[in-house]
Amino acid sequence: MTSSTLIFVVLFLALFSYWYGIQRSIKVAGGATQVKKLVSLPRQFGLLTAMWCGLPALIFLLVWTFFESTVIEALLVQSLSVEVQQLDQSALGLYLNDVRLLSDSSAEVLQKADPDKVFAAEKLLEINRDAAWLKSGLVLILCLSCVAFIISRFAVDFRARVYLEKIIMRVLLACSIIAILTTVGIVMSVLFESIQFFSSVPPWEFLFGLEWSPQMALRADQVGSSGAFGAVPLFAGTILITIIAMCMAVPVGLMTAIYLSQYASERLRSYAKPMLEVLAGIPTVVYGFFAALTVAPFIRDTGEALGLSVASESALAAGLVMGVMIIPFVSSLSDDAINAVPTALKEGSLGMGATQSETIKQVLLPAALPGIVGAFLLAVSRAVGETMIVVMAAGMAANLTANPLDSVTTVTVQIVKLLTGDQEFNTPKTLAAFALGLMLFVTTLALNVAALKVVRKYREQYD
Amino acid sequence: MSDLSITEALTSDDIVIEGTVGTTTAEDAKMSMRNVNVFYGDKQAIKNVSLDLARNQVTALIGPSGCGKSTFLRCLNRMNDTIPICRVEGELKLEEQDIYAKKLDPVLLRARVGMVFQKPNPFPKSIYDNVAYGPRIHGLAANRAELDEIVVSSLQKAGLFGEVKDRLDAPGTGLSGGQQQRLCIARTIAVSPEVILMDEPASALDPIATAVIEELIDELKEKYTIAIVTHSMQQAARVSQATAYFHMGHLVEMGKTEQIFTNPTHELTENYITGRFG
Ligand SMILES: Nc1ncnc2c1ncn2[C@@H]1O[C@H](COP(=O)(O)OP(=O)(O)O)[C@@H](O)[C@H]1O
Ligand SMILES: [Mg+2]
Repeated sequence: MTSSTLIFVVLFLALFSYWYGIQRSIKVAGGATQVKKLVSLPRQFGLLTAMWCGLPALIFLLVWTFFESTVIEALLVQSLSVEVQQLDQSALGLYLNDVRLLSDSSAEVLQKADPDKVFAAEKLLEINRDAAWLKSGLVLILCLSCVAFIISRFAVDFRARVYLEKIIMRVLLACSIIAILTTVGIVMSVLFESIQFFSSVPPWEFLFGLEWSPQMALRADQVGSSGAFGAVPLFAGTILITIIAMCMAVPVGLMTAIYLSQYASERLRSYAKPMLEVLAGIPTVVYGFFAALTVAPFIRDTGEALGLSVASESALAAGLVMGVMIIPFVSSLSDDAINAVPTALKEGSLGMGATQSETIKQVLLPAALPGIVGAFLLAVSRAVGETMIVVMAAGMAANLTANPLDSVTTVTVQIVKLLTGDQEFNTPKTLAAFALGLMLFVTTLALNVAALKVVRKYREQYD
Repeated sequence: MSDLSITEALTSDDIVIEGTVGTTTAEDAKMSMRNVNVFYGDKQAIKNVSLDLARNQVTALIGPSGCGKSTFLRCLNRMNDTIPICRVEGELKLEEQDIYAKKLDPVLLRARVGMVFQKPNPFPKSIYDNVAYGPRIHGLAANRAELDEIVVSSLQKAGLFGEVKDRLDAPGTGLSGGQQQRLCIARTIAVSPEVILMDEPASALDPIATAVIEELIDELKEKYTIAIVTHSMQQAARVSQATAYFHMGHLVEMGKTEQIFTNPTHELTENYITGRFG
């Protein structure tokens, strides 16, 4: 049986065990009329039995699948000739690959192939078959014996409820561990690939180099085939676009928040807030082609009319559209911060004869400042990590410039560029993407941590 | 009626309230309110209340909670304007001037009629800036020296200067509850109001801080006209000269404090007072 059929069988067995557990518990109680004597409900007995049936078997299957290929490979190599066993790592890998291909091939192909390999392929099929039988057998035995074990413990005072709670708690724990492990795994893999990258390109060259042209690394026959991996232009571009986006998003977002929370009528607020949320729900790719097809040409034409030379893909276009994308983010977080300021403070100020705008400027905003700074930092980290808009609107040229009318490129754009299309792994070019990713990750992490710290500090002040 | 328990008496609908008993008018009135009705949406919170605040006197507003004391007090400096569903009807005058007149700027009114709130609410600024807040907004000081003088004299009048004179730059929120409330009083008198409204100013304070505030209120009446909402009968008896008893939006009885507490006319007033005094 394949693993997927096996899973279905186990699930079916678990379903059956649920019913069986209920029946057994009723029997233990001494009939349907006596169920009240049990300290737990029959349903809980059933669920517990089902879990005992399913969980150990599924865990076993998972572990088996994880180790299967390694173990089978080792068994195969052991059964082969001494020459094969003495092959080095990569040669052995190639050899086994051939064997695996042959094991799936038709008889015709087998006739033409190296008899040694054909023998190995047959051996492999045999091992696979045995393994499948073994797996199915073990899983079924595990299911049945676990059910038998738990059923044997059923009694009137068996605390199925408590055991059930414990199992559920462990399942939840396992799920959260999966989430954490995945994060750690991603960080680790990015970290290791980056370390590999830094073994071919020195870190200081990457961090402080002023030239970025990874394309050269492809042409191994040319001089300077190592490419230029100075990330400064990318970070400069990212910073430039982020600054433009923030110049757009922060004033507009903050003032929107002030208007909505302090001046707008209840009615207006009930329309405006959902509309802002729609803005937040637009996919970034839509913003991207809005930037590339509408805003960028408009800026270029306007610039030309004013006698300025504007690149057709300008940092300004990408930054402005990204700013619009971030507005709802800034406004809703600032709104929360302003609303969290106690009404007593606002009334205190109004009660002194301050106008509404004086109250906002002198009391509400200073009191909400930490929350607003937190919103700002979170917005920056979104802008830094944003990809789609810049891919479509900011361009690919790694210019080191502070001119918003020029075309620039960002870290995320370059990661996309390095990894799309047919690429060979393990070249500095592809590994550079991981190094850039690591830098990005560290930056946004630092920003997020700072933002959370600021926001938390502010919470303590008023609660 | 006196065999009814206090809660029965206060919640029973049997007692019909017909107008107000006692004296609601004053010879020298600083503020005078006539036939005031206040609505929150459809719900009426103040029902046809008329009363005067006598100049340089403390008027106490007492009554069971939810009877409309705060609502009435907040009409006097148009603080209710900040609540969109709140509507005020009637004639409310400060020195013959209609405070709900269209032309009147509520911002200027609030500089003349200051307010101290239930929970001390100093701004998250320094002690100095808290007191200087109003004078700065209203441009009361021409230069730093004048501002310093206003701050110091306000703190002195609020009886706080001695305790904070070495740390005027420290945040106002770092003071104790009683000090914070006196800071709020200093902040209010820094703009030289004519009337000060206090909504349960001592209810969040301990007995000693409360006694300090009560003494302060007694001194302040020399200069200002004061209306104070309080749920403590003893406090009303100690600090006020006139007392108004509210019940479910009605002004039931008003008169000299001494008379209200020793010889109330209306049975509702009597029930409330005797119930609380035990
Ligand atoms: N902002 C408001 N919106 C609606 N109803 C309110 C509001 N404030 C007070 N009320 C109602 O008005 C009545 C009087 O309240 P309030 O003046 O606060 O009473 P008190 O200060 O005497 O305890 C209460 O029934 C209360 O529910
Ligand atoms: Mg109140």
